[in-house]
Amino acid sequence: MSNDPTPAWRPACSLELLRRRAELLAGIRAYFAEHGVLEVETPLLSRTTVTDPHLSVFETTYRGGKSVRLYLQTSPEFAMKRLLAAGSGSIYQICKAFRNEELGRLHNPEFTLLEWYRVGFDLDDLIADTDALLQALSHGVRLLGPSEKTSYREAFLDYTEVDPIEAPWQEFVQCAREHGLPEAIDLCGKNRSLWLDFFFSHLVQPHLGAGRFTYVLDFPAVLPSLARTKPEDNRLVQRVEVFLDGLELGNGFFELTDPRQQEQRFDRDLAERSASGLSVPGKDQRLLAALTAGLPDCAGMALGVDRLLVALYGLESVGETMTFPFEIA
Amino acid sequence: MALFSTNEFKSGLKVMLEGDPCVILENEFVKPGKGQAFNRVKLRNLKTGRIIDRTFKSGETIEGADVVDMEMQYLYYDGELWHFMVPDSFEQYAADASAVGEAQKWLKEQDLCIVTLFNNVPISVQPPNFVELTITETDPGVRGDTSGGGGKPATLETGAVVRVPLFVQTGEVIKVDTRTGEYVARVK
Repeated sequence: MSNDPTPAWRPACSLELLRRRAELLAGIRAYFAEHGVLEVETPLLSRTTVTDPHLSVFETTYRGGKSVRLYLQTSPEFAMKRLLAAGSGSIYQICKAFRNEELGRLHNPEFTLLEWYRVGFDLDDLIADTDALLQALSHGVRLLGPSEKTSYREAFLDYTEVDPIEAPWQEFVQCAREHGLPEAIDLCGKNRSLWLDFFFSHLVQPHLGAGRFTYVLDFPAVLPSLARTKPEDNRLVQRVEVFLDGLELGNGFFELTDPRQQEQRFDRDLAERSASGLSVPGKDQRLLAALTAGLPDCAGMALGVDRLLVALYGLESVGETMTFPFEIA
Repeated sequence: MALFSTNEFKSGLKVMLEGDPCVILENEFVKPGKGQAFNRVKLRNLKTGRIIDRTFKSGETIEGADVVDMEMQYLYYDGELWHFMVPDSFEQYAADASAVGEAQKWLKEQDLCIVTLFNNVPISVQPPNFVELTITETDPGVRGDTSGGGGKPATLETGAVVRVPLFVQTGEVIKVDTRTGEYVARVK
């Protein structure tokens, strides 16, 4: 990395940034207090975990009597939905989330997540809510242009000239050649969601949110999510992602409330995990039971707090915002 | 040779890519929202020196390359191959023109160089940063001009041609920076 002579016991972030983080957290709490959203805590250690084929979890074991396999949560989503089904009303949480095999300039295996759910909100309401929060947090920190919204399809077409929803496979291959990314052809094969991920992360995302918050919505349904399908076009889901300076800050859904659809997505994920030789965890039956009992119509957003600091203060890496990132934890 | 997963990629790691040994310069982990993670990697082909950008699926493995850099003394050129020796072991290696490349114009017998071996065969040679070479030919300078302004070409004992100040004469020894090919000073 660097030849920095800082002794290994010292924190990675400056004391200045420690204060900026505390201010940001206070700002988040002030915003939600003002809007009557309840702060909650849910377990970091859980008996069940997500089925997402692209997430790798940390596992551990409780010993004492009968041993219990436990997972460090990749997000507090399932537990928070159980609270919502129990009638909590709108809730938020600032917590640690854990993702195995994710380490890099913008990834630390343990990171801070802000997750919130607004009962009665749809995706547009959620975007307005998110923008109000982000504007409040960036006020006095960084001058930004007016926020903008675009659809996934539009953004994708702008930078690749390939239609993510309708283009045949050959157009993806052609585009890979034109952009000097021939390795994509072997790497993605005929897997459409891989092609979308590849192009989006290489060609589209770096351009999003230049000096402003950009909200990308209406994601293709082939990408895994817990978002509701759009009623007028079942090839799209009601999902939004927010970007600043090419950095993905958050991901939100108009939440799926149908327990049968939820279970089908679990099954689809698990089939994919199994086919890729990944571990196949059990489905979270308590979440399914909560959905069966009734999840109120709601929209929810998960936002990376460390990345928000990176974007607001123009830093290079999430490690700079943390006291003791992975390498020195 | 060992396999390396993208999780182990770091700058300096030597790997095989399309049959050629490469060194990793940069490795960026990229993961879209809920999707597949990738590693965007910048590498340098150790044979050609070419810089390559390549994306891997995270978790993919590639073969390590058996590449080592060794300090060796340049011995002589036999008209076809350049011969080097490891000072400690007296082990000798012969490098061909494609391995020696541009370095050949700076090689002076007995100088210490870095020779990169791939599967125990030299694939590149890095001359010392500074070499001292004798001028074999240069136009006589104007008497009394010591300013060094302007300069003139001078041919060195290895065949290299560098620009030198006007006061430097044939038969003198000069110090040259091999990274830039520029004259540094006269050596007394």
